[in-house]
Amino acid sequence: MSPELINLIIQATGESLYMVGIAALLGTAFGLPLGVFLATSRKGELFAAPFVNRVLGAIVNATRSTPFIILVVAIIPFTRLVAGTSIGSTAAIVPLTIASAPFIARLVEAAIREVDGGLIETASSFGASPMQIVLKVLIPEALPGLLLALTLAVVSLLGYSAMVGAVGGGGLGDLGIRYGYQRFMPEMMLAVVVVLIALVQLVQSAGDYLARRVNRRLRHR
Amino acid sequence: MNAHQSLVVGQPIAPPEAMSRAATEPDAMVRFEGISKIYPAYRGKPGVNALQNIDFAIPRGSITGVIGRSGAGKSSLVRLINGLEKPTTGRVIVDNSDISALAGRELRLAQRSIGMIFQHFNLLSSRTAADNIALPLEIAGWTRADIKARVAELLALVGIADKHDRYPSELSGGQKQRVGIARALATRPSVLLSDEATSALDPQTTRAILDLLANINRELGVTIVLITHEMSVVRQLAKDVVVLDAGRVVESGHVADIFTHPKHPITQSFLAEVIGDSLPVSLASRIVAEPPAGGQAVIRVQVRGAGAGDTVVARLARELGLDVALLSARIDEIGGQHVGSLVLGIPGREDAQGRVLAWLSQYQFSAEHLGYVA
Repeated sequence: MSPELINLIIQATGESLYMVGIAALLGTAFGLPLGVFLATSRKGELFAAPFVNRVLGAIVNATRSTPFIILVVAIIPFTRLVAGTSIGSTAAIVPLTIASAPFIARLVEAAIREVDGGLIETASSFGASPMQIVLKVLIPEALPGLLLALTLAVVSLLGYSAMVGAVGGGGLGDLGIRYGYQRFMPEMMLAVVVVLIALVQLVQSAGDYLARRVNRRLRHR
Repeated sequence: MNAHQSLVVGQPIAPPEAMSRAATEPDAMVRFEGISKIYPAYRGKPGVNALQNIDFAIPRGSITGVIGRSGAGKSSLVRLINGLEKPTTGRVIVDNSDISALAGRELRLAQRSIGMIFQHFNLLSSRTAADNIALPLEIAGWTRADIKARVAELLALVGIADKHDRYPSELSGGQKQRVGIARALATRPSVLLSDEATSALDPQTTRAILDLLANINRELGVTIVLITHEMSVVRQLAKDVVVLDAGRVVESGHVADIFTHPKHPITQSFLAEVIGDSLPVSLASRIVAEPPAGGQAVIRVQVRGAGAGDTVVARLARELGLDVALLSARIDEIGGQHVGSLVLGIPGREDAQGRVLAWLSQYQFSAEHLGYVA
């Protein structure tokens, strides 16, 4: 493979990591509080607000059930408003964030709900405020689950980021479609797939390792 | 009000406000006033009257047991004390303030003076023993240095100073409960609530934890409220007891009084767990209704009170001139009082058992004729 092509792969990998990295950060920034709220706002819970819970839950479901490629196209006006353009890697961050935030929120909700309810009662019994319970009990206790959730989200984002290539988002997916498919360069297609597989493996292993490190529930030594 | 004031008649004249305090709060740490707790019907489940007409006080500095079967309302009762639940009617006065009227920040401040320990310990798996104990102090806004000193003190108090950096998954059940007790005592509460704290522990560990609680009560003067379904816990530790059944207090008072003269069937059934009310199988199978020739009448004598059973067999034999046989006996001690029963075999003539029963009732022993054995 020529040095030019290798350069293309390196550049596209950089674009993919940029899109996925920023989208994962923004998605977590929105998804984590949303997930914590969804997990604690049903009737009788810490921040009980059943109506708001149902509305937010419905919005999350609607976003999650929209196919990603449709979402990308449907929100082009919004993307232009936020990013100034609808083409390129920076513009692609907008739909990636909007798709990942509700996904992360649902994963966070599940991880937080795994925390033993007795711990909430315990913290309440010695006078912890709802916010203290979230920060000192729920998030630290759910941390292994939260890290695995984030890992899953990043892996999904890598897949999504390949899809935004179809609408000019750049990155590995774009490279694979334009060179591998449209220019009949199977070695390029293979290279893109290999890089994606390697990235997913790396992210998953790192996530598993971190989750194991912080999990004190069962320590096998 | 009048009834209360009569308590201070004849005592030295105190300043008016001191007198009224003494009159309205005679030494009570926790006082339930006209409490009921009703959980409304929800999603097709019918409503539950968890507690009804609860009126009693828990003396300051005491160890008070609250005993009842599951579903009797014990958990609701204990959660009213620390404000985790609100009564449907009535007030809960803790340390002279109405905790049932508090909410938000005021309630959270009041909760810092009420510690609680749990059946399943409820430790944070992500924190070490020391950091678990530090949690209520962090929440109360203590400084890092103060927390460090206090945690070291508490770990020593509960006897696990060497477990400072251990995670709960590395501790035994007894050690976990010690961490739980240290955590509950961290903010120097005046009341310690124990919600079935030994129910998940083996008997030996239970004994050690109950001894620790007794020490804490003695040395720190903390009022302890023990919620339990186990008679052995009340017997070993409590001085006062409240018997709860179907959301009502059926008996309350000193442990010795309640269990030497149990009135309510539920109290009797708890007592039976300790002293046993059934005859040994081999004896029970031999008892017949009609007296066989040369057989013995079987009489069960209830033993209640200090030293009550010590001499009854010897005196019976001596004063009535009978060879009284001891067929079965079980005597235990509750609150310093003997509680149990003796099963006696009375030999010989037809009138012997009548004379024995008359003699027993003369000395206030409660006795019953069970039948005859050959």
